[in-house]
Amino acid sequence: MLRWLPEDVSTYGGEIDALFYLIYYITAATFLLVTVLMVVFLIAYRARDGRRATYSHGNTTLEIIWTIVPAAILVVLSFMSVSTWAKVKRETPPTDFEVGVNAKQFNWEISYPGPDGRLGTADDVKFDNDMHVPVNRIVRLHITSSDVIHSFFMPNLRFKQDAVPGRTVIGWFEATKPGRYELPCAELCGFGHSGMKGWLYVDSAEDYAKWAAEHLSPKPQ
Amino acid sequence: MSDTVATAHPVHEQHAEQGFWRTYVFSTDHKMIGRQFLFLGLFMLVIGGLLAMMVRWQLAWPETPVPGLGAIPEPYTYGGIIPPQTYNALFTMHATIMIFFVVMPIMVGAFGNFLIPLMIGTRDMAFPRLNMLSFWVGALSGAVMLASFFVPGGPAAGGWTAYATLSAKESYTGVGWGQDLWIISLIISGASSLMGAVNYITTIVNMRAPGMSYFRMPLTIWSLFITAVLLLLALPVLTAALAMLLFDRTMGTSFFLPENGGEPLLWQHMFWFFGHPEVYILVLPAMGVTSDLLSTFSRKPVFGYRAMAFSMIAIAFLSWLVWGHHMFVSGMNPLLGTAFMMTTMVIAVPSAIKTFNWLGTLWGGSIRFAGPMLFALGFVSNFVIGGLSGIFMASTPVDIFIHDTYYIVAHFHYVVAGIIFALFAAVYYWFPKMFGRMMHEGLAKIHFVFTYIFFNLTFFPMHFLGVAGHMRRIYNPLQYEFLKPMQDWNVFITVSAFLLALGQIPFVVNFVWSLAAGKKAERNPWCANTLEWTAPSPPPHGNFEVQPVVYRGPYEYSSPDAAEDWLPQNRPLAGAAARAH
Ligand code: HEM
Ligand SMILES: [Cu+2]
Ligand SMILES: [Cu+2]
Repeated sequence: MLRWLPEDVSTYGGEIDALFYLIYYITAATFLLVTVLMVVFLIAYRARDGRRATYSHGNTTLEIIWTIVPAAILVVLSFMSVSTWAKVKRETPPTDFEVGVNAKQFNWEISYPGPDGRLGTADDVKFDNDMHVPVNRIVRLHITSSDVIHSFFMPNLRFKQDAVPGRTVIGWFEATKPGRYELPCAELCGFGHSGMKGWLYVDSAEDYAKWAAEHLSPKPQ
Repeated sequence: MSDTVATAHPVHEQHAEQGFWRTYVFSTDHKMIGRQFLFLGLFMLVIGGLLAMMVRWQLAWPETPVPGLGAIPEPYTYGGIIPPQTYNALFTMHATIMIFFVVMPIMVGAFGNFLIPLMIGTRDMAFPRLNMLSFWVGALSGAVMLASFFVPGGPAAGGWTAYATLSAKESYTGVGWGQDLWIISLIISGASSLMGAVNYITTIVNMRAPGMSYFRMPLTIWSLFITAVLLLLALPVLTAALAMLLFDRTMGTSFFLPENGGEPLLWQHMFWFFGHPEVYILVLPAMGVTSDLLSTFSRKPVFGYRAMAFSMIAIAFLSWLVWGHHMFVSGMNPLLGTAFMMTTMVIAVPSAIKTFNWLGTLWGGSIRFAGPMLFALGFVSNFVIGGLSGIFMASTPVDIFIHDTYYIVAHFHYVVAGIIFALFAAVYYWFPKMFGRMMHEGLAKIHFVFTYIFFNLTFFPMHFLGVAGHMRRIYNPLQYEFLKPMQDWNVFITVSAFLLALGQIPFVVNFVWSLAAGKKAERNPWCANTLEWTAPSPPPHGNFEVQPVVYRGPYEYSSPDAAEDWLPQNRPLAGAAARAH
């Protein structure tokens, strides 16, 4: 039944989740406060014979308080969000592990550098819907699309980035736990949108080396 | 009826007896136009609701035949089973209809038209014929939208946001005419709204009754005024974007197609530059109506009237600066994400002010739980949830995860579908004035209880789905391993949604029965202060027997100056009390 956020297996997901829970507690407390006040007022001030409503047009002090307090909370939340956002989306840590993601109706074309060691050249090695990465290694993604907008979503890595035709967006992640994780498309991309999914295999270093030797090294002619 | 008092009122010939066509069809009377918009909107609400039920059926029991749908031929259904293409069309049309043909026509078209002249104390809109044209152009756009269900390829299926490039080429969706008609319909609908907006602004600026200063206007009028300004500035942007999209689709231009140097994100920028203000176009009138109703039924002045007006102005102004929060993961420069987060957090403040001022209005009141009041309270309660859940998306890192999940669907239904509560509140409240008869209170209460409970049971669990990562706009959740454990919630939500729909039957019965046989309404059944209640129910052509003169603000409930707990805006005070004002 009720399942909260899916398991996080990324290095930065913890920060995102912490922000999520912080906002959750703040909003839950506000919700409780407002709801309790409302219910209390509705009961205490229901119409009764002989009692007249208070004639009041407001209270400036109170209004200033309930302007400043939410504003202060929101400013703090913004500043707390800035650093995580910068870490996830604005900065890409140095790495030599590059993977290309090209979205198409309706699958993910995953590409690895071929023998020349560079991504985006003719000798790239391509797979449909399967992405293999080693655990504890920074992965830099080059995300693009060849038809419509898709969105590369890795729920367990707290990663989402639209794939836009005509531009390549850089993203990154580092997985911390080996396993097999679903890769749905999160942006409506046509009748096959639902079911446009792949798998992310996070392999141990040895498993990855084995897979790479088998699939990425140049095939004997 | 006295025509002796001069008011700005250019068209005079219609005060004579009119024939059937002039009275009911091509009427220039703002009240009849308001009623026409109401009927149009309620009719479309039934269609939009049925489409939502089909979407929900598919999500709960994927690829099982929908009862009664078997009659629709292939390839639109396969013996009642909805194929993915039809599914996409269903939620696209559901959203488009709900936004453009239910909430806008009713909240802005129906109540704006009906209430503005009555509440500011004038005889009609500034441009009555333009007003009539606005309705008929609106009806035409509705007809074009509905026609798209019957063209080859089916109706639009690219989401109500119609993101390019998906929407820009037939080969990407398989939808041809349907998408073109969708575009054309929205362009026509924009023309209709623009005519309305010009009319509202002109009327409010120029035709207020003597004594009706801006800060004596009811908040309903303030909200409609600000809404009209937003419409005036937002719709041309949408129209421009739609025209460009139509050119891309039909004339070989390439505004949004990257092959020839176009930019898909340009569509999103233009769409959301319109789209975010649009959300406030939908919600501001609901806020205005709610403020008026909470005051009337608490028998108390609105708490912080000026703050309420200024916070609406602030919301309207800020709504132009936040569109990018729909695009945090779109691929635009992430530095912009930080900027848009800041503006988005700022816009949450005026919403908080409004909520607390509503609570302040209840505080110390003498609250009557009539049907309209229950729905107004329901709106507040849902708006609190919708507003608070919005803070999650405002935080850019959190939005990375919840963007395009059911969390978003939950959030915006608490806001935009929550407006339905204000809509019902307004219908119950002004029905006596619109139709001269009362609605049945008991049925209204049953309607409220069902709607409130099942609304929350439908939309609240969508938060859980979203937090688990359930994408929106997916045809079959069972295609995903990680969503299978959540499927029970999908069934729960669907059952609740059906009960929510059934809960509308008391309203339909009440509405139809009251129209025909409801108790005759008095002039002012709720003992309210605003000017519309000083006119007969329903008001005749020309509205007021004598030109009202306004002496005070609209919220003088329980004033020590009056013996009763209300004091109409147009009642002069005698003696000492008058001198004190
Ligand atoms: C009355 C009960 C309603 C139910 C049960 C309902 C249900 C749904 C469902 C199931 C979706 C599809 C979500 C998805 O897969 O992405 C949806 C989408 C939507 N609904 Fe509703 N809805 C209701 C009322 C409303 C109202 C009153 C409005 C608006 C004013 C509205 C506006 C929307 C919008 C804008 C979408 C987004 C569609 C898209 O993704 O393009 N809904 N609704
Ligand atoms: Cu896709
Ligand atoms: Cu997709």
